[in-house]
Amino acid sequence: MSVQTFRFELGELPPEAEALRAEVREFLRQELGDAPPVRRAHSWGGFDREFSKKMGARGWIAMTWPKRYGGHERTALERYVVLEEMLAAGAPVSAHWIADRQSGPLLLRFGTEAQRQKFLPAIARGELSFAIGMSEPDSGSDLASLRTRADRMPGGYRVNGTKVWTSNAHLADYMIATLRTSFDPAKKHEGLTQFLVDTKLPGITMSPIIDLAGSHHFNMVVFEDVFVPEDMRVGEEGAGWKQVTTELAFERSGPERYLSSFALLLELIREVSKDPGERAAATVGRLVAHLATLRQMSLSVALMLQAGENPNLEAAVVKDVGTTFEQEVPEVVHALLGLEPTIDSGSDLQQVLGFLMQRAPSFSLRGGTREILRGIIARGLGLR
Amino acid sequence: MNELRTVLSDVVTRLFTDRVTKDLIESAETGAWPDALWQAVEENGLTWPLVPESQGGAGGTWGDAFVVARAAGRHAVPLPIVETIVASWLLSTSGLDVPSGPLTIAPVHREDRLRLTRAGSGWRLGGVAARVPWGRAAGHVVIVTEAEGRVMVGLAARSSAQVKTDQNLAREPRDTLAFDAAPVVAVAPAGRGLPAHAVWLYGALVRSAQIAGGLDYLLRQASQYATERRQFGKPIGSFQVIQQNLAVLAGHTAAAGTAAAHAFRAADRGDAAFEIAVAKARVGEAAGIGASIAHQVHGAIGFTYEHALQFVTRRLWSWRAEFGGEGEWSAELGRSVAERGADALWPHLTAR
Repeated sequence: MSVQTFRFELGELPPEAEALRAEVREFLRQELGDAPPVRRAHSWGGFDREFSKKMGARGWIAMTWPKRYGGHERTALERYVVLEEMLAAGAPVSAHWIADRQSGPLLLRFGTEAQRQKFLPAIARGELSFAIGMSEPDSGSDLASLRTRADRMPGGYRVNGTKVWTSNAHLADYMIATLRTSFDPAKKHEGLTQFLVDTKLPGITMSPIIDLAGSHHFNMVVFEDVFVPEDMRVGEEGAGWKQVTTELAFERSGPERYLSSFALLLELIREVSKDPGERAAATVGRLVAHLATLRQMSLSVALMLQAGENPNLEAAVVKDVGTTFEQEVPEVVHALLGLEPTIDSGSDLQQVLGFLMQRAPSFSLRGGTREILRGIIARGLGLR
Repeated sequence: MNELRTVLSDVVTRLFTDRVTKDLIESAETGAWPDALWQAVEENGLTWPLVPESQGGAGGTWGDAFVVARAAGRHAVPLPIVETIVASWLLSTSGLDVPSGPLTIAPVHREDRLRLTRAGSGWRLGGVAARVPWGRAAGHVVIVTEAEGRVMVGLAARSSAQVKTDQNLAREPRDTLAFDAAPVVAVAPAGRGLPAHAVWLYGALVRSAQIAGGLDYLLRQASQYATERRQFGKPIGSFQVIQQNLAVLAGHTAAAGTAAAHAFRAADRGDAAFEIAVAKARVGEAAGIGASIAHQVHGAIGFTYEHALQFVTRRLWSWRAEFGGEGEWSAELGRSVAERGADALWPHLTAR
């Protein structure tokens, strides 16, 4: 049979990565102390600049980057250990997360030397926060249909248009915006270009988009004749599509794709431990079986990345299976216990349940919807 | 994958692809014993991967055994290969000689125990073991039980038992063996601190690999079929709804393979109870969903005896229930997690 398939080889974290784990745990114990479970349940949604600076001081941001850019030249596996410990503990990593995961690596790969010098060391110190400007009112999954324009003018570009769902744009210092520099209806994937946009530039107006739980993470960002200097362009004009897809592939298999509901699983176990009946034990066991398996799958992709391979298909599989799991946890807890989910009353379990129940729909939307991911998997299987 | 394992993988793939034909599986389903195939499997050293070389085995690891067990599942091989792998390991790890020929293991349920009692200078075996895989075909039966306050491994000739034949959904023998003060060939205290329910535990381990292999087959077969079968003027695999279903099957297949491989690696390290529970719980769930999607993609043709799909799906429906279904293993796992407490979960996961 000629059908292709994927490969998940078990991996093992090297001793230096495991040695780091204890250090990270001790740091988190001190920093988070007795943070309430519902705060930890925010997972990578928590934004705390002071925390990010402490992470930077420890050398736990930009871990794999070259030292000349403020990085620490450690392995991707050491970074993986730091990430999974942060997420399992529910640390507020949001202020440096995007820059560490996406924007920094993008600049390392495609940025100019001047851009690297200017931005990377500050990111590594945990002082610069980034947002991702991709989606637009008429462009969600269909990224090639982006319309926000960057028109050439002397010394740079004039930007007009609207970005939406831009997480933490109101808190971030910079945005990596994917903009249209030319348009050919037959080749919509061409003509996209990425830019570093200072969020404080004149002509930028931000307004909050309040999510269903009443929280402000998303923004609508309107550009009206915003001048972006030439030297803030990332990569060549028209190379945006290729850069964006590279960027997305590397963010799909991380521990953030299966640990979003971990705080709820812990509260469930705390509750069930008091008197584990058969049904409750089976429910917990099933979730732990999924969790333990996902960790090995995610680790397997991390090891392939470290080995310089390109596990795009495997990464999409991990994200699809992982988000399905983390989305299922609140449903399973509800089915087992029937507790009323709450906002700021009741037990820790009720509050975490209430928080994650309302957060869960986003798990299979962010960073590529479930349908898009499954399309990628289908392509990997040779179906399209 | 190390070199030995690559070679092993090539050998099993070639052997099973060439020899485990549709005709052979059909013939086995009518009760015929595929002796020539068994001889070839034995000659290639596939049945004793864990037996030391000094005893005539391959001197390998559970990681090597995984390659064989997964391939046996992928090809629906109608032979007690995995049972012989576990049986030969139980014997050799307890210092006993391993007889050649097909072996099986008993009892298959967590709480069932056969009785070993002293009789003069030897031992006698009593009790009934239900649904013993390949009971009628095995030359010997390896049992684990408690006697005189210790966990013991015993070897009995199958001819010393009364056999009542039965079968699973795939028409593989699942026979009841009754021992009535039957003589035993050899008995020894169980090696490696094996628990009294070791047969159940390691039976679940090898079934998880077979199921993972079965899912590998379903994914390849269903993806292939979707590119060939045309409706509405195009391959059905070009429809998004089919693509999405196959992507779900891919996810469960990947999870099953990973969970099973992880359990085999843990078995090489020692105490694998946690990983075996994870594996059997996870692959059992994947088996049901996977079989359902594979059949849906195949439409009516996959529902016929004529099409080979059913050789694997009927096995998955039985295998997932054998040596404990996913409900039983999930509960086992859940109790151990609850006992350690919530705060121990993450340290435990990352230490394995």
